[in-house]
Amino acid sequence: MTPGHDTARPLLSVEGLTIDLPGVQPGLVEDVTFQVREGHCTALIGESGCGKTLTSMSILGLLPASVRVSAGSVWFDGVDLLTRTPRQLRRVRGGPVGMIFQEPMSSLNPTMTVGDQIAEARRLHLGERRKTALARARELLERVGIPNAARRIGAYPHEMSGGMQQRVMIAAAIACEPRLIIADEPTTALDVTIQAEILALLRDLQRDLDLAVLLVTHDLGVVADFCDDVVVMYAGHIAERTTVDGLFYDPAHPYSSALLAAVPQVGQARSRLTVIPGRVPSAGGLPAGCRFEPRCAHAQSPCGERQPDVSLGDGRRTRCGRVASGELTLQGALRG
Amino acid sequence: MSTRMIIRRLGGGLLVLWLVSILTFLLVHLIPGDPAEVIAGENASQADVERIRTELGLDRPVLTQYVTWLSGVLRGDLGHSLFTGKSVVTSIAESAPPTLVITIMAIVLAVLVGVSAGTVAGLTQGSRVDRLVSTLATLGIAMPSFWLAMVLVSIFSLTNPWLPATGYADLGEGFGTWLSHVILPSTALGLATAAELARHTRGCVADVLTRPYVRTARARGASGAWLVRRHILRNAAIPVVTVLGLQAGRLLGGAIVIEAVFGISGLGTLAVNAVLQRNYPVIQGYVLLCAVVVVLLNLIVDLAYGWINPKVRTA
Repeated sequence: MTPGHDTARPLLSVEGLTIDLPGVQPGLVEDVTFQVREGHCTALIGESGCGKTLTSMSILGLLPASVRVSAGSVWFDGVDLLTRTPRQLRRVRGGPVGMIFQEPMSSLNPTMTVGDQIAEARRLHLGERRKTALARARELLERVGIPNAARRIGAYPHEMSGGMQQRVMIAAAIACEPRLIIADEPTTALDVTIQAEILALLRDLQRDLDLAVLLVTHDLGVVADFCDDVVVMYAGHIAERTTVDGLFYDPAHPYSSALLAAVPQVGQARSRLTVIPGRVPSAGGLPAGCRFEPRCAHAQSPCGERQPDVSLGDGRRTRCGRVASGELTLQGALRG
Repeated sequence: MSTRMIIRRLGGGLLVLWLVSILTFLLVHLIPGDPAEVIAGENASQADVERIRTELGLDRPVLTQYVTWLSGVLRGDLGHSLFTGKSVVTSIAESAPPTLVITIMAIVLAVLVGVSAGTVAGLTQGSRVDRLVSTLATLGIAMPSFWLAMVLVSIFSLTNPWLPATGYADLGEGFGTWLSHVILPSTALGLATAAELARHTRGCVADVLTRPYVRTARARGASGAWLVRRHILRNAAIPVVTVLGLQAGRLLGGAIVIEAVFGISGLGTLAVNAVLQRNYPVIQGYVLLCAVVVVLLNLIVDLAYGWINPKVRTA
C-alpha cells in the first residue's frame, strides 16, 4: 500500500463540487473536494444514495438533466472540465478518461457486437477505420482475458456471461489508452468469484498501464485490496478523506467507524451483525448541520449546527468537529 | 435470424393461410338456405338455379368441393365472376395496382414523416417541437381518413387547382401525372398511421435515452448523429416495427374508404361491389388475397426483428 503523502501529483482534482436538485434540494452533493493521484487508486465509499455516483458522473458531465452543478471545479490534467464546451468534453470522454459502469448487461448496447462497442472509442477519438479499430479491439479482448477473442469479437452482449460482459466494458474503457479510469461499482452486480477476477484484472491493468483509478464502491474489502486513498461520503458530504491505512487503523469520522463496525468479521461467528440505525436522509430532507448527526452514536448538542471541514495533516480531513477537537477517539477495524 | 426460424415462421404462415382457405370456402355454405338459390336471386328461374348449382359444384359432397376448389386456388384459378364471367384472378389483377400503390405510398409517407417527427420529439422531450409533434399526432389519430381526404381535396384541388380531385393514372401515363393522382389519396390514408408511428417512436426514443447503454456510449465520446443512429434508433425501432406491421394490415382496409372518396376503382371498390352483388367467387378471392398480404407482412416484420434485434436471431 502506498503511503498517502508520497509525491505523485494529482491527475484529477475535484474542488468544492456542489450539485443541486433544483426545487427540491440545494447541495444534494455539497463542497466535495478530493484528488486522484497519477497511477494511484482513490476509493469513493458510502452507502447507496450518498452521492457517490452523482459525483463520479459529474466529472465527465454525464449527470441526468434533473440535477445541475452549481459550484466547484473538476481539474483534469490542468484544465477545468466543468468549463469545457460539449465538444471539448467529448474529446475527454472515452479518450484520456474511461468509464466502467455497474451493470454490464444493461450498460452494453444489446444491438451492437462487443467488438464494435470496444472499437467505437478508437473510431471516435483516433478516427480509425472500422477494420483497424476492430483489429485493435481483438487485441484488447485478449488483454482483458477473453479466450477465443477473434470469434468473440462478433458476439453480442447477451451471448456472454456477466463477468465476460464486464471484461468487455473494461476493454472498451481502456481502448484509447486512458490515464484515468472511473469505475462505478464495477463488481457489485457480479458473483463473488467473478468479482475477485475482475478486481485482479483491474489491478493488473492499473499497474501495467500506470492508470489512475477512481473506484466507487461500498465494499470495504475492495478498498483494502485495491486502493491508496479513501473518500468517505455521507448524504452528499465528504465525511472523511484519508488513506486506506488511516481508514482501517484510525478512522476520523463516526460514520467511517460505523461502516467498519458493520463489516462482518471472520472468526467472530454467530455474533450479531452490527448495523447503523436509521437510513440515509433523502433529497429534500438533508439536515442543516452535520448530515450524519441523526444517526450518530457520538452526537452531542453542537453537532446539529454546521460542521467544519478540518485538516488533520498529511492530506487527511474530517467533517466531525468532535474528532477534530480531540474530544472523541474512534476505534478502527484493526488495531495496529 | 436462423434459417430454421425462417422455415418455422413460413410454416406458421402457411398454416394460417390454410385455415383461412377453409373459412373462405365455407363462406358459400354459411349462407342460410340453398346457396344456389340465394346466389341466383329471387327472380331466377329453376334452370338458372340449377346452372349455378352445377357451375359451383354445389351438388357434390362438401369435401370434394373443397378439394376441387383448393386445387384450383393452388393453380391460380379462383373461379369466375357470377355476373361478368370474368376470371376472378384477372379482376383482382386489374383492380390491385391503384390500391397497392396508394397503400405502399401511404406506408412510405407514414414511416418517413412519423419516424422522423417521433425521433426529433423523443430527443427533445418537453421542447416546443416535442409539444407540437405530440399535439399534431393526437389530432392525426383523431381525424377520420375520409374527412381528411375531403379537406385535402378542398384545399389542393378545389380552392387551389394543383392536384386532381379524383381518378387514378398509371405510371405509364408519365411520372408527374401518376404522382399527382397518388399524392392526395396516400396522404389521406397514411397520415393517421404517421401520427401513430410518431407517438410510438417518440415514446421508444425517450425510453431508450434513459437506458444505461446510452450513458455508456456518451461516456465513450459518442454524440449527435453517431449516438442517435448507432445506439438510439436501432433499439427504439424494435417496438416501432411491431406497430408498423399492425398498421400495414389496417391500411389495406382503410384503402376502401379512400378509393370511394377519390373515385378510384381499386380492390376496395371490387370487394364492396362483390359483397353488394353476393358475387361469392370474387369475395373469396379478395379475402384470400388479404390473408396472403397480412401473412406476408407478418413474415417481413419477423424478419425485420431478427435483423434489428440480435437476441431474436439466436432465440
